[in-house]
Amino acid sequence: MICEVRSEFPMIRQAGFDGLLVSFGDKLSEPANRAALAFRHAVEQADWQGLEECSTSLVSTYLRFDPSALSHEHIRTHVNTLLKQRDWFLATLDSNRKLWRIPTVFGTSQAPQLGEAAAIAGLSESQAIDTIANTQVRVQTIGFAPGQPYLGELPEAWNIPRQTELTPKVPIGALTVAIRQLVLFSVSTPTGWRHIGQTAFRLFRPESPEPFLLRPGDEVVFFPVELERLDTLQQCVDGGASFTRIR
Amino acid sequence: MRAFKVISVGAGVTVQDAGRPGYLALGLSRGGVADTLALHEGAALLQQSATLAVVEMAVMGGVFEALCDVRIALTGAPMPASIDGREIAWQASHVLTKGTRLSIGVVKTGNYGYLHIGGGVKSAVTLGGQGVHLAAGIGHPLQAGQCLEFGTEESTGEQGSKTLSVAERWSGGQLRVLPSLQTHWFDDKTIARFEDTVFSRDTRGNRMGVRLLPNGAGFQSDAGLSVLSEVIVPGDIQITGDGSPFVLLCECGTTGGYPRIGSVLPADLPVIAQAPAGSEIRFRFVTLEEAIDAQKLDAIECSGLAAQCKPLHRDPSTIDGLLGFELISGVVDGR
Repeated sequence: MICEVRSEFPMIRQAGFDGLLVSFGDKLSEPANRAALAFRHAVEQADWQGLEECSTSLVSTYLRFDPSALSHEHIRTHVNTLLKQRDWFLATLDSNRKLWRIPTVFGTSQAPQLGEAAAIAGLSESQAIDTIANTQVRVQTIGFAPGQPYLGELPEAWNIPRQTELTPKVPIGALTVAIRQLVLFSVSTPTGWRHIGQTAFRLFRPESPEPFLLRPGDEVVFFPVELERLDTLQQCVDGGASFTRIR
Repeated sequence: MRAFKVISVGAGVTVQDAGRPGYLALGLSRGGVADTLALHEGAALLQQSATLAVVEMAVMGGVFEALCDVRIALTGAPMPASIDGREIAWQASHVLTKGTRLSIGVVKTGNYGYLHIGGGVKSAVTLGGQGVHLAAGIGHPLQAGQCLEFGTEESTGEQGSKTLSVAERWSGGQLRVLPSLQTHWFDDKTIARFEDTVFSRDTRGNRMGVRLLPNGAGFQSDAGLSVLSEVIVPGDIQITGDGSPFVLLCECGTTGGYPRIGSVLPADLPVIAQAPAGSEIRFRFVTLEEAIDAQKLDAIECSGLAAQCKPLHRDPSTIDGLLGFELISGVVDGR
């Protein structure tokens, strides 16, 4: 196999015909997440001829390129040279990030798995709501569906597994939890994540001049509101959410 | 008005184009036509650009009334088609006159048929593309009663109907595969067995991907299922919880947590997209050099399609009112 296996990170792997993945870890960590974001920024600045697209996942930077314009061998050389330029694990986050405050109905008929998730985490429902509402989480990556954030990191109690069976469908704006992360859904889809909160926040607005609301690095607080407010929030700009710039 | 009126239509008929690459970082997969080769075949038949939008018909077509004279081409999975009840050829271009009805039925084999229109479909452009992306909530399938507008033709050159012999890809086949992120998690014996296995395309499949059933035991990686979610792209072969492979297509998500045993070459994606339920699929790992040569050849073949189009000769027995045609006009004195 062509895959290069090294014990240490960063690790470069071939991803099919036109992809390369640079991984900074094999499990989620803050330094690896920041390294992936910073490396993507550097790749985009470098703007190599033949590079088509660059994105990040939790701890990796993905590069898609046109192998007829930039060979696998050459892009590996470019990547290795860039990797050596600094210690990517020491990278700090970009400035110009946003802190969003998103009103959230926890539990009730709108988010039926709060009780179940809290029990698995060994918390009461009110403790569960408190720990989540009091944690300022960060967008670690956007993925799976358009504009959809993976947010973390929650306290250790929330290191709960995904369900083995899928929930047939969660609605747009569903706040879900597993493995010390939150996912806020941008589409209505089946999922193995437990549905603990419901927001009126639309993450992806294809008809709008700014279709994507969150970017990796943005931070979010989900603050509790009463079920009765959800209808009103649905009518509000950004579902009642607001943001400030992080300085 | 340069448009079709949609009289009736199947459930999975959507406007598509070459897709929206470049939004992986924001969670949006490229989408676009499921069978990219068909996009090029239709463009060749109409002698127009493959960047123009087309109508993709999943399994079933529809009835379209022409509100003006218009050229069309039909490609992809063969479907029965007729103009005002008169049967017409698939993998061919035709002229519809104003007021006539084009009827397209259920696929004979394969999954996705395409209706290409001279001037291309006109529809809303979202994030640089016209393709309906159902998983992302961009656009909607066509509905009966709506108008489907199309652009003006750039040239009024040769208008005769044409036909094209196309690559047979309606009943499965062998797919060429390159290693991907977790290929090395599968030992050599498992990889060898993967290549020896005949898979059957499951009934579960759509534009997001298709599930394949092995004719023997399923497949497991050394790392089990505890994989950190990573970027996924069309062509990736995920090994799901029950050990069966799931091949991702154009409308897949952008991250996934299942281990990937490999990735299908872009040139072979039309074969898996068009493989009907129950058809046989096999995988063969190729080297990077083989893959690059295969993709080069594919690009050359795509660009050569226009030159392969031939005039469509109709069987005289199928022509109504044959005697009404002026069959011998233009004969010159041969002295």
